[in-house]
Formats: sequence, C-alpha cells, structure tokens
Amino acid sequence: MGKPNDLVQGTLDLLILKTLLPQAMHGWAIAKRIQQLSSEVLQVQQGSLYPALHRLEQQGWVTAEWAESETGRQAKFYSLTAAGRGQLEAETANWNRLSAAIDLIVTQA
Amino acid sequence: MRMLFQRRKATARLDDELSFHLEQQVAENLTAGMSAEEARFAALRSFGNPALLREEARATWSWNWLEEVGREVRYGFRTLGRTPGFAALAILVMALGVGANVALFTVVRSVLLKPLPYPKPEQLMMLYENSLDKNFSHNPVAPGVYAAWKEQNRRFSSLALTGETDFNLAAAGGQLPEKLKGIGCTWNLFPTLSVQPALGRTFTAADDQPSANRTVLLSWSLWKRRFGSDPAIVNQTIQLNSLSYTVIGVMPEWFAFPDAATPLWTPIYRYKPEGSMTGLGDHEYHVIGRLKPGVSVAQGLSDLSAISHHLHDAHLDNPFVSPAANIFPLLEDMVGNIKPQLYVLLAATSCVLLIACLNVANLLVARGAARRKELAIRAALGGGRLRLLRERLMESFLLAAAGGAAGLLLAYGTVRWLVHARPEMSRVEAIHIDGVVAAFTVGLILLCALFAGLVTSLSTKDKQLLTALQDSAHGASTGKARVRLRRALLAAEVGLTVVLLIAAGLLLKSYARLRASDLGCATDNTLTMRLDPFGPRYREHAQVVNFYTSLLERVRALPGVEAAGFTTAVPGQGYWGDRGFKIVEHPPLPQGQAQFAILRWADPGYFQAMGIPILRGQTFDPNRQLDQANQTVINESFAMQYFPNEDPLGKHLRFDGKVYEIAGIVGDTRYSLAEAPAPVQYYPLYSGSSNNGTLVIRSSRDVEAQAMPVQRIVAALNHDLAVSDVLTMDQLLGKSTLDQSFNATLLVGFAVLSLLLAGVGLFGVLSYVVAQRTGEIGIRIALGAQREQVLGTVLMDGLRPALFGLILGLAGSVAVVRLIRSMLYETEPLDPAVFVGVAVTLLLVAAAACVLPAWRASRLDPMQALRTE
Repeated sequence: MGKPNDLVQGTLDLLILKTLLPQAMHGWAIAKRIQQLSSEVLQVQQGSLYPALHRLEQQGWVTAEWAESETGRQAKFYSLTAAGRGQLEAETANWNRLSAAIDLIVTQA
Repeated sequence: MRMLFQRRKATARLDDELSFHLEQQVAENLTAGMSAEEARFAALRSFGNPALLREEARATWSWNWLEEVGREVRYGFRTLGRTPGFAALAILVMALGVGANVALFTVVRSVLLKPLPYPKPEQLMMLYENSLDKNFSHNPVAPGVYAAWKEQNRRFSSLALTGETDFNLAAAGGQLPEKLKGIGCTWNLFPTLSVQPALGRTFTAADDQPSANRTVLLSWSLWKRRFGSDPAIVNQTIQLNSLSYTVIGVMPEWFAFPDAATPLWTPIYRYKPEGSMTGLGDHEYHVIGRLKPGVSVAQGLSDLSAISHHLHDAHLDNPFVSPAANIFPLLEDMVGNIKPQLYVLLAATSCVLLIACLNVANLLVARGAARRKELAIRAALGGGRLRLLRERLMESFLLAAAGGAAGLLLAYGTVRWLVHARPEMSRVEAIHIDGVVAAFTVGLILLCALFAGLVTSLSTKDKQLLTALQDSAHGASTGKARVRLRRALLAAEVGLTVVLLIAAGLLLKSYARLRASDLGCATDNTLTMRLDPFGPRYREHAQVVNFYTSLLERVRALPGVEAAGFTTAVPGQGYWGDRGFKIVEHPPLPQGQAQFAILRWADPGYFQAMGIPILRGQTFDPNRQLDQANQTVINESFAMQYFPNEDPLGKHLRFDGKVYEIAGIVGDTRYSLAEAPAPVQYYPLYSGSSNNGTLVIRSSRDVEAQAMPVQRIVAALNHDLAVSDVLTMDQLLGKSTLDQSFNATLLVGFAVLSLLLAGVGLFGVLSYVVAQRTGEIGIRIALGAQREQVLGTVLMDGLRPALFGLILGLAGSVAVVRLIRSMLYETEPLDPAVFVGVAVTLLLVAAAACVLPAWRASRLDPMQALRTE
C-alpha cells in the first residue's frame, strides 16, 4: 500500500497552524479538519500528529489547555499563540514561494 | 524547565490525550456500523503502536534525553546487579588500569609538563662549560669563568652561581646537631629567579662579600621542623659550623631550588676564602641565567661560548679552561634524567589499561553471548537498534565509571606512596592531583567505556538476528564470530603482556647485573657515615689531623670493630670530583693537554678497612703527618693509564703545588655501580688538607649496632658535630640504584598484573567455548573419540590465541626494546635469555589457564552432555 497522503516534510506544521487559526481544537478534530478541508486527500496519522503538536507546544507556537469536548469528555485543546501566528505567516509565505517554484518546473518542463 | 519537574503529570496527560483520540476513533467506527469489538480493533490497528507513539511525542519534550539516560542508568545497574561477581571483577580490573594511569599521568604532568613556578620560566637557563669533543658537555662552571660570563655577556639580564656546601647546625634547645646540605649562592640568585621570601628579605650585594655579616635564608620546611615556624626567628642568629649566622628570611613553602631537600641558602662570596673564586679550571659550580626578553637559547649560547673561547685562548697554559659553553632550559635540565623513565612507565601503564579494557570487553562479549537470545528477541519486537547500543554502552560506562572512581582513589594512594618512595626525584614537591588530572581521569573513563562498549556492540550484528534466534535452539557450534572476536581480543592482550614482560625482564636483568657488578671492595658488614669537621676548631691542619687520629683510634678500640678508616668518599658513593696532576719524572705535556684522576683523601688504615687489596708497595706511613705526609697511593687503572710500560712505585706526582711519592698501588674500585673503574689518586688524610668525608667501620658482628657507639665517640670529640647518612654498604648501594630497582619493580608489577589478566581471559574464553560445545563433545565421545584426543583439541583451541599473541608480542618487543636501551646496564635489548624466558613463562601460564577447561571437557559424561541439549 502506497502512502499518497505522505506530507512534504515540514508542511504538517503549516497545516496544523492554519487549521488552528480560526479556533482552538483538540488533536482528533485537527486531524479530521485537515482530512475534510483537503477533500479526504490528506490523512494525518496519529504517529505524526501528536509528536508534531507536542513539538509546536514546546516551541511556543501553540498553547494547550484541557477543556470539555463536544462529547462531554475532557480533551486537550490546542490554540494558536501570537508567536504561532507569526510563524504561520512565515510558513505560508515560504510555502507559496516553494509551491510556485515547484509549479513552474512541473508545468513548464 | 517546568517539563523537568512535572513529568509524571505530563505523562498521565499524554496518555489521556491519546486515549481520547482512540475513543473518538472507536466512536466513529461504531457510527460507521461496526460491532463494538470490531470498532475497537480497527481503531487500535489504525492507531499503530501506542507505546512508540507515546515515546515519539515525549521525544519532543525538553529534558527527555535526561530521562532516557536515567532509565538506561537504571537498566544498567539492574543488569549488572544481576551478576555481581562479573561486575566486581570488571570494576577491579578497570580500577587497576585507571589507577596506575592516573598516578603516572599525575607524576608526568607535575614533573615534566607543568611550567616551573617562577615568573617567565622559559627565560631561565642552566649554563655549563663544554669541551670541543663534547665529552664534557655538562661540565660544571669554574668561578673565574662565571665572573667573566657575568661581566662580558650581552644576552642575559642576570647570572647567578650556586654551589653545594655542608653545614653542621649546632645542637640547640634540646635538639641534636644536624648536618645540612645547604646551598652557597651569589646574592642575585633570588632576583634571577624572581622570587620573594615568605618572611624577611633575600640577600643584597652587601651581604655577598667577605667583610659582610654572616647571613642565611631558611627553607620553609627547615623553619617549620627545626624552629617550630616561629616568625621571630628573623634577625636571630643560629650556629652553623660553630659560626654565628643571622637569619634574614624564610623562603616560601613551594620554593625548591635547586631541589626540595635544600634546607638553607647563604651568600657564597662571604664564606669562600678570598682568592678562591677566580680559578678558571675548577669546575665546581652551577650557574643559572635569565635570558633578556626576546633572546633565543641559541643566541645566549653563542654569546657565552664566544667569551669562553676568548678565555681559553688567553690561558693556553691551563689545560682545564673550557673552550665553549653549553646551555639548557632550566626545566629540561632538572627533569632530563627522569624523563625517559617516566615515559617508559607511562607507556607501561597505558598497556595495562589497554589490557584491562580488552579484558572487560572480553567479559562483556561473553555476557553478550549469554544474553544473545534476549537481545535478539528485543530487536525482533522492535527495540530500536540505537537504544540497544546505548544500553550496552551505558553498561560499560557504568563499569568504567565505578572502576574509574576506585582507580582515582588508588591513584591518590599511589601518588602519595610514589612521593614517599622517591623523595629525591626532581620536582617531587610539585606532584599532586589537580583539576587537569581529574579531567584526564574522566576522559580516560569515557575512552575505556567507549572502547569496551563499542567492541562488544559491534560484534552484535543485526543480520545475525535470525541466526541468533535459531541457533540458540540448536546449541551446537554457536556464535563462531563471537568466539573469533574473543580470540582476537585475547591475542592482543597476550601480545601486550609479552611486550610488558620483556621490558620488565630486561630491566630486572639489568638491575641484577648492576647489583652483581664488582665494586672492588668489601660490602658485607661495613657501615659508613658522613662526617665533616668544619668550623673554627679545625682551622689549623694539625687540629684536623688530631681529630681524625683520635676518632679512628677510639673507633678501632670499640669492641666488635675489626677495622675502621676514613676517606673522601667510599666506592659506590659517587664521583665527588677529580683533579689534575703532573708526573715529575715525565717530560712536560704539550700545551693544552692535561692529566687528571679522581681525587680521594684516605687514612693509612682505609684500604684494609674497606677491603681494597694493596697490590704492590704499601699504604701511607701513619707516622708521616702534616708537612711530612708526602706519599700517594694510586689504583691499578691509574698505573695502567699513566705508567703503561714502567714501574710507578717510587715515581712522584706533583699535586696542588706539592710533590708526593707513589708508595703503593691498590685494586680498582667503582665510584658508581654502573660505571667502569676509573683512575684514582689517593692522598694522605693525615696531611690535614681535607676536612670532610666518610667514616668506614667493619665489624665481625652486626655492624649496624656500632652506629650508636661511634656517634657517641663523635659527640664526645665535638658535641656540635653532626653525623649523617649512616648506612651500611648494602643500604648505600641500594640507595644509589634506587632508580633501577624502582623501575624494574614497577614494570615487573605491571607485567605480572597483565599476565594474570591474560591468564584469566584465556581461562574464561576456553571455559565458555567448552560450555558451548558440550553437546558436540558429548557426541564425539559417544562416537568413540579418545579422551586424550578431546583434551588435545580443546587445549590447542585455547593455546592458539596465546601463540598468536606471543608471536605478535615478540615482534612488537623487538621494536619497543630499542626505546629502553638507555635504561639498560650491560644488557642487550634483544637479550635471548629474556625473550626465551618470557616465551616459556607465557606458554606455561597459558597452558595452566587452559588445562582445567580442557580436562573438564575430556571428562564429560556423554549421556549427561547430550541430555543438556
């Protein structure tokens, strides 16, 4: 089984930050949201998601707090910090530059 | 930081978070129409390995590495604790290796590497006179030459002169008189070294002239020992050689020039007879100089050499004026002698450490073999390769750390012992364990751990994973690669051991040769003591002669004393000095040529007391004293060298402005065990010209018991006269060969230790191999193999690595022994007896180590052996 949903190295951080921009979410919701927004193309595996979330938290780009989830159970909600917003802008710019460059090569060649 | 202290809570939260995710997945699966059980399994499957996920998430936390290290340390302790015998053995082996190395490194660093404790020490130089043929490249400096150098040089900011001189410190305040080997120095010695006294002041130019008050500087240790560290001593007077000296200061505790044993300093021009400090040919003094800033050693040398050359050309009538100078940095001059010895010992301890590491690696490999299946299972279950490697490294690190800690303690003890055992070693006062040594120890421990751990880990290849799981089920011919590795380690160990054994054997043989070399005189039941009748009571020659005659008369009258004599220095006590002479009957020598021989003053009974045979003629006439004492005695070498084809008896020597008739020829003696006999000229003690020397007493009974009665006689003659170096001839020779015996003893110790380690290693490997092959051997015996055959096979199995190692070691030794050539006496570096002896010893030890496992193998009960499958 191939892995069509393998993410370009480093883009997972961008996706998570972007997803968290409108509102705070827990891990499960983040994974679902990315899946949904990408029309089921991108499936974030737990094995990548949680290490990434913890790393972002260590770097201070997201903060987390425990709150009641929609099902009434305690869940860890991640939200963007001011630094995270800055990082999102930087990574978005970077992504745009990169994808435009890749696009140039792929379409013109 | 917070992460460090709230880990338990954070871990619980992480579990909670992950299980929430899992629950959500299960819920989603349920809504998709799966059964409860199906939903859970599907969720778990998609979730993957939860433990791994948890670890990966945790890996992003800060301080996680610390936690992992902590865990590995715990595991390490646990696995080691399960085999305490193994752990203790490995730690002991490591401790010995590390301890010996740290101790030697401490000495090497303190003595050879640490700069001298003076400001700008690189400018300090020891200066010597030099001959053109370099035969006298370290010739002490004549006082007249010093004066010329000091006045005419342009490259040195200052030059100072020092000479050794003995003092009798008078009995005072209930303390006995004491003989002190002090230093006479020009006043500028202390400014040259740039040192300040701890108390009082140092000398000024005004102190350093014949008309000045007598002044003295005390060493810290003499001040502490003899004067109870009383600061009021400054400006008080003490009695030296029955003369009053004013104490002007005390030097700091660290100050040790020229060595740590120096108890006092006094201005040399004050006490030397006027006019005696101008000679150009009496090579008696040491000169230290400080180069001007920016001046190179070569520039300093050429400056002094030019001055010496001029002096030499201006005094062609004096054959003892040197034509050149020589110059050595002070540190090199101080430690040059001991340098090769220390480096050889350091090399030996490095070998011991390497052997210790090999041994621990060997033990770890054996353990690895026993734990092979466990490791294979862990690897198969997904244990990270790095994690497993780290765990093994941690294990060897724990061993090395514990060994290192024990080794450091051992080193501390060893260094203290070393300082105690070798008090005469240069810079011995500078030796102590410091931060750099501690860092060295830590480095050593890490290196050992890495070495032992990596060697072991590299033998665990992942490719063998499946084989490991399989062959542990079968039992036969297991882990060949592993056994091969252990054999290679053993061969290396044996090789190093052979090198150490050969070096030790050579030094031991050389020492035995040295001790066996014939001094040319009696050494049994002979007691010696140094005694200097100095001071105003012995100003006249007649007073000196009177002292000697009454001393010898009373000593000879003691019950039990067979003979007694007095001389400048007895055989084996050192060179002490030579003097030029002329043979009256021979035509004058061409200009620039000279004849000289070792100088000794002796009383008529000395030759008999010392057991030196009188070959022809007779000893001095005891009735010819003072001006009538005009006889001389020469030794055989003297006769052969200076009277090759004639009879020396009745000929005359002109010495020190006086003519002496040759009355006798005595047998050759050695001034040092390691040196061949040299020409000696003996002059009569009863002329009264010599006021220092050694008293010799020979007794039929326990000669040491004579020490007290003799000292009582000396005290009765003059109660301020101190006796020193009370030694039997055997003790004196032991002291003079301390270097050689010390080196040989240490090296033999290291070699025996390595041999033991190698033996234990061999035994371990072979026992292991036999245990592994129990089934195979059982089958062989069951099929009719002879027990002798089995014994032979197994024995050869064990001896093979020993043989390899032996060949390796012998080859290595051929290269290495050249390095210790300078430390050998009358022993060839490639001494066949030593090489053969070592080879035989090693094979015997190897055979002894192999016999038990081999015998056990041959005694195997085949039924029993097959059942162990």
